[in-house]
Amino acid sequence: MKAVAVWLLLVMLTLLTWWVGQAGYSGQWLVMALLVSVFIKGHFIIADFMALRGVALLWQALVHGWLILVLGLIFLAYWIGM
Amino acid sequence: MWIFILAELLVFAIFFSSYAFARSGNVELFNHYQQTLNRNIGAANTVILLTGSLFVVLAVQAVKVGKLTQCRNWLLAGVGSGALFVILKSVEFADKFAQGISLSTNTFYMFYLSLTFFHFMHVILGMIILAAVAWKAQAGDYSAAEHTGVETGASYWHMVDLVWVVLFPLVYVIR
Repeated sequence: MKAVAVWLLLVMLTLLTWWVGQAGYSGQWLVMALLVSVFIKGHFIIADFMALRGVALLWQALVHGWLILVLGLIFLAYWIGM
Repeated sequence: MWIFILAELLVFAIFFSSYAFARSGNVELFNHYQQTLNRNIGAANTVILLTGSLFVVLAVQAVKVGKLTQCRNWLLAGVGSGALFVILKSVEFADKFAQGISLSTNTFYMFYLSLTFFHFMHVILGMIILAAVAWKAQAGDYSAAEHTGVETGASYWHMVDLVWVVLFPLVYVIR
């Protein structure tokens, strides 16, 4: 039932993100916190839903690398915008 | 299929970073129009896609122990969650179109409409893939020993989910 626990965590993080949006919070630290939350969600989707945990390191590195690259570029762009 | 998935992820990476860098030059415009988006539908659709992904994980677990009927049912539940996403997203699009919003309204809406529509098409493709895999499961084409097709279809669906998990905070929340 690990999948259900992962799903619950993902839903809770989504609701937290929604709440931040509704409250209208903004700022550098919040951007960073939301991006960390996206990383956590992405990591569990990649490792447990896509079942890449324990599979060839190359595939894990490629998909995790995609996630880190995208979040890094988003943070850089937001930092420039600040 | 994994090469295809990585190619798709690359395209979305270009889209996401283009959005973020375009925003850095128009922060006020992006922040203002982001507030006009329906975050309730956005969040509901995230939960729907995550739930669909859980159904697909359960389908893979079922086929691994040779339970083909259960596998087919979970896959169809995944298709159902995709259909719910499509309905809610269509309501969101219809609302924006009714307000006269189009790709040429401004840079924010250009990104919002093109990014979410591009993802929307991937949800539909994901539903078609899951339905085809469910059909094959129904026909007995898979077994506990050979079920690569189920795992591959599942991976595509999870990719669609992964992309939305980045898209929702980026376009609807982060400011």
